[in-house]
Amino acid sequence: MGEILVRDVSKVWGIDTPEEVLTLDRVNLTVRPGEFLVIIGPSGCGKSTLLNMMAGLDTPTSGLVLHNGQTVVGPSPERSMIFQQPSLLPWQSLIDNVAFGLTLKGMGRRERYQRAQEFLSQVGLQGFARKYPHQLSGGMQQRASIARALCLGTDILLMDEPFAALDVQTRFKMQEFLLDIWKGSGKTVVFVTHHIDEAIFLADRVVILTSRPGRILDTVDIDMSRPRDVASSSFDHHRSLFIDHLRSEVTKAFEQQELVEMFDTSIK
Amino acid sequence: MKTQIPLAAIDQPDLHSQAKRRRKNSRVKTLKHYGEKLGWLVASLTTFVLIWESLAFFNLIDTAILPPPHQFLGEVTNQEQFFDRQLGATRVGGNFVALTAISATLKRVFAGIFFGFIAAFSCGLFASYFRLFGKLTLPTITLLAPISATAWIPLAILLFGVGDSPAIFIVFIGIFFSLTLATVDCIKNVDQLYINTGLVLGASRWQIMRFIVVPAIIPSLFVVLRINFFAAWASVLAAEMVGVNTGLGAMVMVARQMFNVKLMFLGMTLIGLVGYTIDVCFAQVQNRVLWWKAATKI
Repeated sequence: MGEILVRDVSKVWGIDTPEEVLTLDRVNLTVRPGEFLVIIGPSGCGKSTLLNMMAGLDTPTSGLVLHNGQTVVGPSPERSMIFQQPSLLPWQSLIDNVAFGLTLKGMGRRERYQRAQEFLSQVGLQGFARKYPHQLSGGMQQRASIARALCLGTDILLMDEPFAALDVQTRFKMQEFLLDIWKGSGKTVVFVTHHIDEAIFLADRVVILTSRPGRILDTVDIDMSRPRDVASSSFDHHRSLFIDHLRSEVTKAFEQQELVEMFDTSIK
Repeated sequence: MKTQIPLAAIDQPDLHSQAKRRRKNSRVKTLKHYGEKLGWLVASLTTFVLIWESLAFFNLIDTAILPPPHQFLGEVTNQEQFFDRQLGATRVGGNFVALTAISATLKRVFAGIFFGFIAAFSCGLFASYFRLFGKLTLPTITLLAPISATAWIPLAILLFGVGDSPAIFIVFIGIFFSLTLATVDCIKNVDQLYINTGLVLGASRWQIMRFIVVPAIIPSLFVVLRINFFAAWASVLAAEMVGVNTGLGAMVMVARQMFNVKLMFLGMTLIGLVGYTIDVCFAQVQNRVLWWKAATKI
């Protein structure tokens, strides 16, 4: 139930071109069923690529990703993904958006609306079923995206910096909200972020990636009880540990930036 | 000294009535906006007509060639005697039945747009979804697109003779190539995020097309169609002038041949009015049916 194995996964971009870049280098990772795992690392370290490979939107250059023992070969409704940018379809009402996965499955209108309505209530948007995405705030749109993912009843949620585009207050509310939903649901969450406090606030376990090429630098268990107090001393302790870990990596990433930019312009 | 803030004002914000007032205000504002626009339209037209009329009144222009508006608009009353359904879109001696001429032209334009849109849309989808088909057809379509629809008129007449078909063909040609290219281009530009969303929710290739690609490109295609409508309108009139012999274009042409200048100007006025009305209708459809595009584009 909800287990993902990443075995010796490497990813090379721009393969067979002079600008070949190794993004991920032999990453091994086990996502345990029901855990809240956060992947953190400097920008460009390949953390989103890793998540995309778990979702099946990207393929490893070498190595394997397994979901419940089966090799991931493509996207599947068994693994829901929530993106950084609001990804609700602008031409559908909120309830149609939330029920979209069920529509694709061919479920009847009444049944899927009933189900979608339940999940809309769960994310606190019960009164907005007939609204359209552009009529909602960014936070509401992300909550609806989460409802859409939950609607399919999958046991894995893959989240790619889902709150990065939100303002600080909304972001904090959304983190609490996400924990509420996750708590006792038995779902596995893999959450990518570059925000240290967010990682410590949410995670059971944090995986730190190095700057390019991405390797696993360390895995840290956060054994604090929830809800976590961002001002507590144990939170501070974790925070300084992560800052120490990431500082050198960020410096390295910064030095690489020139190289990265060169690469980016040459593929356009 | 500090200014006192009246407490009641902060204490009891009557939100409901405030919202109501705001809504009413905005409605008044839109009404005002449209009123102002209409006012300037009338003012502009009046100025133009007044100058023309006074030039004619003081004999500064030759009214045999440039009859003032009241004369050629008066020509409408002469239309009455020809208002007979039996006549269809045919000519009666040196004169024409304007209403049937309009309906003949409109029929052609809409038939052409209808077939052109469907053909271009399917062709664009096909070219995007089946690589080989796209690679074989798109270069030729790209080369054919710059040939103006008017240049196809001689061929159309040779192919279809006189009647509705060559005119419909011209409109079809006028929008088909550019709309096919636009379809392919729009499909290429559909936000990958939406496609990925469909994929992780379990959509098949066909479902991605039906639920994501098609609704995503329709608004942009509609804009392209609206722009191309003017080209289609112009080319069908040209076709009617040179070979088709019925419709608004032929009405103007025959009026010139008969030296019925008033009828010629009446025809030109109708061409302008009908074209303008259709464009306004297009704009309305665009705003109502495809409202979400306007909301997300900005």
